Amino acid sequence: MKQNWFYKKSSIKKIWVAAAVVLLLTVLIELVVTLHPHFRIESIFAFHAVYGFLTCVAMIIFAKILGVFIKRKDDYYDM
Amino acid sequence: MTCSLFHPGLLLILSGFFIPLFNGTRRTLFILLIPCLALLSIWSMPLGNACNYQYLEYELILINLDTLSRLFLTVFAITVFTGSLFCCKQAKSTELAAAFIYAGGAMSVVLAGDLISLFIFWELMALASTLIIWSANNNGSWRAGMRYITIHLLGGVVLMCGITAYVNETGSLLFTHMQANSVATWLILSGFLLNAGAPPLSAWLADAYPETSFSGMVFLSAFTTKTAVYVLLRGFPGTDLLVYIGLFMIFYGIIYALLENDMRRILAYSIINQVGFMVCGIGIGTEMALNGAAAHAFTHIIYKALLLMSAGSVLYMTGKRKCTDLGGLIQSMPVTALCGIIGALAISSFPLTSGFVSKSMITQASVDEHIIWVWLLLQAASAGVFLHAGIKFPWFVFFQKDSGLRPDDPPLNMQIGMILFAITCILLGVFPEVLYDMLPYPVQYVPYTAAHVVTQLQLLLFSGLAFFVMLPWMQRTLTISLDFDWFYRKPGPYIFNVLFNYLEQFQTGLCHLYTKIPIKEVSNVLAFRLSIARNIFILLGLFILTLFYFLI
Repeated sequence: MKQNWFYKKSSIKKIWVAAAVVLLLTVLIELVVTLHPHFRIESIFAFHAVYGFLTCVAMIIFAKILGVFIKRKDDYYDM
Repeated sequence: MTCSLFHPGLLLILSGFFIPLFNGTRRTLFILLIPCLALLSIWSMPLGNACNYQYLEYELILINLDTLSRLFLTVFAITVFTGSLFCCKQAKSTELAAAFIYAGGAMSVVLAGDLISLFIFWELMALASTLIIWSANNNGSWRAGMRYITIHLLGGVVLMCGITAYVNETGSLLFTHMQANSVATWLILSGFLLNAGAPPLSAWLADAYPETSFSGMVFLSAFTTKTAVYVLLRGFPGTDLLVYIGLFMIFYGIIYALLENDMRRILAYSIINQVGFMVCGIGIGTEMALNGAAAHAFTHIIYKALLLMSAGSVLYMTGKRKCTDLGGLIQSMPVTALCGIIGALAISSFPLTSGFVSKSMITQASVDEHIIWVWLLLQAASAGVFLHAGIKFPWFVFFQKDSGLRPDDPPLNMQIGMILFAITCILLGVFPEVLYDMLPYPVQYVPYTAAHVVTQLQLLLFSGLAFFVMLPWMQRTLTISLDFDWFYRKPGPYIFNVLFNYLEQFQTGLCHLYTKIPIKEVSNVLAFRLSIARNIFILLGLFILTLFYFLI
């Protein structure tokens, strides 16, 4: 079977490189665009990028910890 | 009744009863024509009150049309049309009939100008939506439907108590702006919030919706929670408590969706998350926030229906709904995948999609009001939406490991339904004025500023980075997550059984005492009478409750 473009090793590498470039650009563009911060905390360079990343990591960790307590096998209610 | 000719809700309810009479192409034409007629009547109706009826000493107002109700009616009609198109050849007539009655009920709630007609159509929605769940016709849907209707009838009782007390207090039946400052209004607010999926009884949504047929959830996602948003918008704007409830719903939805394995349950949790944004906006209560909540309800109904059509197509073609069984479907279902991705981008509020122009109004309202902690939480939540719905759904269904499944794209009508809504998501994102012109208050907001686009892209793309960096932590497991429904699914029935066992023993003993029939035979003799005794016992309980209510 012909391997799909998304599943080739070479394409996965290309996607990562492209993604890294885009990520970098969205941060660096801050040097050119005036951001009009409403709150003082927004004036920190790349605040939204860092905040988005960190809060998501925090949510994943929180979900993982909560999962220890509330996860059950998926036939739990059928038993 | 001439009124029904012009009342879009009654039109849909009535036509629902006729759907089972048609087959094949006639049924398709009928179910596509009716929502168009409804849309026509919505936009040809003058704003204001109509269809007033005298009932006892009360005046019922079946049509109370203003810009807010027209916005909701419009999106309801569009969704009935596209949802019907999506499943016109595949869905059972019973499901379509229930869906029309349900949607008609929702429209009638939106149009209701008084609390009695609001309540009647509110309950009609509960019944019709349960029929949609049962239309899936399997054991899981039967049981989930029973739990669903129980919770909703409970909510209905709370709402009815509230309405009765409210009419008693104020002497007015008009459904208008209320203050949550008396038992009556608190009960009404609780009844509304239950349908919005607010805590603590939010589990009904993620429990029942995924048990529907591939198409049933498309209809369910649009009406119950959004009608609740509408009545909150009309009845309780600016109620501070709603900010906290909304924020709780937002993060509850994200965390539970992150833990979930069932693709449609992920989307169900994400409904609660999105409704949380709207409820929070209603709580903030400024014109910008209320506009934002209304606009977000409009865009949300469309992109959520799109996501559920995409997930429904996968379910229809593969029969599977667990992420652990899926993956790699982009290879054989490109149209479904593309539409799913557009829906996912819209729910994540990517620039040039509908979510971007609506959700940001709610965030902007928190900025305007200088409430930094709400703004910080909303920003974190925006990143979280991309995490749990924007990437997680498409990634685990269409990409990740190759499951080896090679289903084709679904039949043409299903594809057209998806494509229509995918285009709508993009058009609303590119031309937001169309939506802004329909909002209840004048809009001065400009979503496309360089600063807004850049900050939003940073937030979302780095949230995406977090997803892939943490991917090993996100791997799916064959699990479910316990929620509040545990109480009425595990200990509840157990306690109930124990109590009735004691009651039965007590009755057996009594019978033995009086009739001298040996204990062993008593149970056979009394099997029939005991079931009657049980019913009498339940009735007695209800009677005592009613008595308490009237005495207090």
